[in-house]
Amino acid sequence: MDPISLLTVVVLAVFVGFEVVSKVTSKLHTPLMSGANAIHGIILVGAIIVAGQASNPWLLTVALIAVVLATVNMVGGFVVTDRMLEMFRGRRPAAKSSKDEAK
Amino acid sequence: MSILPPEWTAFLYLISAVCFILALKGLSSPQSARRGNLIGAGGALLAVVTVFLSAKLENIPLILVAIAVGSAIAVPVARRVQMTQMPQLVALFNGVGGGAAALVAVLELGHDANPWVRLAIVFTMLVGAVSFAGSAVTVGKLQEIISTRPLLFPGMRWVMTIALLAALTACGFVIAQGSAGWAIALLVLGLAAGLLLVLPVGGADVPIVISLLNAFTGLAVAASGVVLGNVLLVVAGTLVGASGSILTKVMASAMGRGVTGIIFGAFRGGSTAGSTTVSDRPVRSSSAEDVAVLLGYAQRVVIVPGYGLAVAQGQHTIAELATALESRGVEVVFGIHPVAGRMPGHMNVLLAEANVPYESLKELDEVNPEFKNTDVALVVGANDVVNPAAKSSPGSPIYGMPILEVGQANQVVFLKRSMRPGFAGIENELLYDPKTTLLFGDAKDSLTKVLSAVKAL
Repeated sequence: MDPISLLTVVVLAVFVGFEVVSKVTSKLHTPLMSGANAIHGIILVGAIIVAGQASNPWLLTVALIAVVLATVNMVGGFVVTDRMLEMFRGRRPAAKSSKDEAK
Repeated sequence: MSILPPEWTAFLYLISAVCFILALKGLSSPQSARRGNLIGAGGALLAVVTVFLSAKLENIPLILVAIAVGSAIAVPVARRVQMTQMPQLVALFNGVGGGAAALVAVLELGHDANPWVRLAIVFTMLVGAVSFAGSAVTVGKLQEIISTRPLLFPGMRWVMTIALLAALTACGFVIAQGSAGWAIALLVLGLAAGLLLVLPVGGADVPIVISLLNAFTGLAVAASGVVLGNVLLVVAGTLVGASGSILTKVMASAMGRGVTGIIFGAFRGGSTAGSTTVSDRPVRSSSAEDVAVLLGYAQRVVIVPGYGLAVAQGQHTIAELATALESRGVEVVFGIHPVAGRMPGHMNVLLAEANVPYESLKELDEVNPEFKNTDVALVVGANDVVNPAAKSSPGSPIYGMPILEVGQANQVVFLKRSMRPGFAGIENELLYDPKTTLLFGDAKDSLTKVLSAVKAL
């Protein structure tokens, strides 16, 4: 990819990142960190590429370690974020109904 | 396998990138957040399938085994971790991601002689290694394996400067020569820099450092995308880098500090040293029954939860207490400090777990003007976020941090384990105030006693 298109992509991604996060409610800051954390687990794609192209056992070993680490980051990140958000989701209807009863 | 033509690969990566954006966007409201996260996970899965179908790969069985191993480690941990230990886990996942990025960059060193690519390689290695080591220290601090107080030794500032200069030199040599020896030296120096950067950070600032390191890892991943010529890595990494930076800034301003002040504050010396000694000044301690009377006959109670509540797993009990008080006609709200707990938004997650109604959780700006009309402020396992030293003593490390002004309430009740100062190690004058009552003990035990006493009123 030529440097200018790459730069274009980077600059646009920066603005999207700023824009999207500034709308996140502070109540969801923990899931936000955890979710963003899961997204950079996408380094798994890079780790798979280097592992698939490793030319000797040493390099392959290092690359496979990278695959394991990246998988932990990605899979763990999404699972734990889901667990947190599940609790947030379950609360709203419950809160509303109890308020309604009170009124 | 190279089944997919490059256009299709690029297209599928684009879809993944859009999924990631939607995942972050979903977090703008609790209703859409979970679906957003699932979309993000779907995007990640799509990207992994795409790479298998598009790149020329050998060793596929071994790679699949490595992925299975990684998942087998991650899923049970992520499923079982207690909500109180969430910050450690997020820091841990962040660190391993940074480590993976650094390793990927090292391995690419053998492939390309282009100096621009090598520049991206050294950036990924350095930032990834800093993130890995830094996250390891934050995990240690959060688990209290490492002292939560700023760790400093004489001349640390110089050691740090020398380490950074040495790292930059190593970067230069790697770019010029591409030698493996310098690359390994660079990794080691990056790890050292990560340790030196985070060790001096005081406990109260650790949440911000987690967020900052999260942004670092994002940038490392973006740079590794430049190295591999993979647009998805560039987009996803940049997205996380940008969002992490913004979040770090938002949090730092919630503490009334600059990001550089947090990272380099300890190097400037002196001010961050907190006390760990237990004070023997007189305080007014009381029984659970007395606290129950105070609460039960109040009109308005603001509960301020802190990390002590989380440690004691008291979130369900406090939710019950709030319900019991409400059924007596007491108006109960929760005042949530943005950095209460060990991670921004940590208290919201815990109280969500206990089914506390969303509407009862009030943020700092919302609840502070209401303390004047509050009969009792019940502080459970929090200390630094209500410490008036943040307003009154300019020498204090938390000076300038916006606090919950519980001192303006008619009565203040602290549930505390002991007189030990909080995570940041700073004495709290409010504890000695005549309108303050203390109830010592584990937060959950105390809450249980108060709850049954309230029910007996």
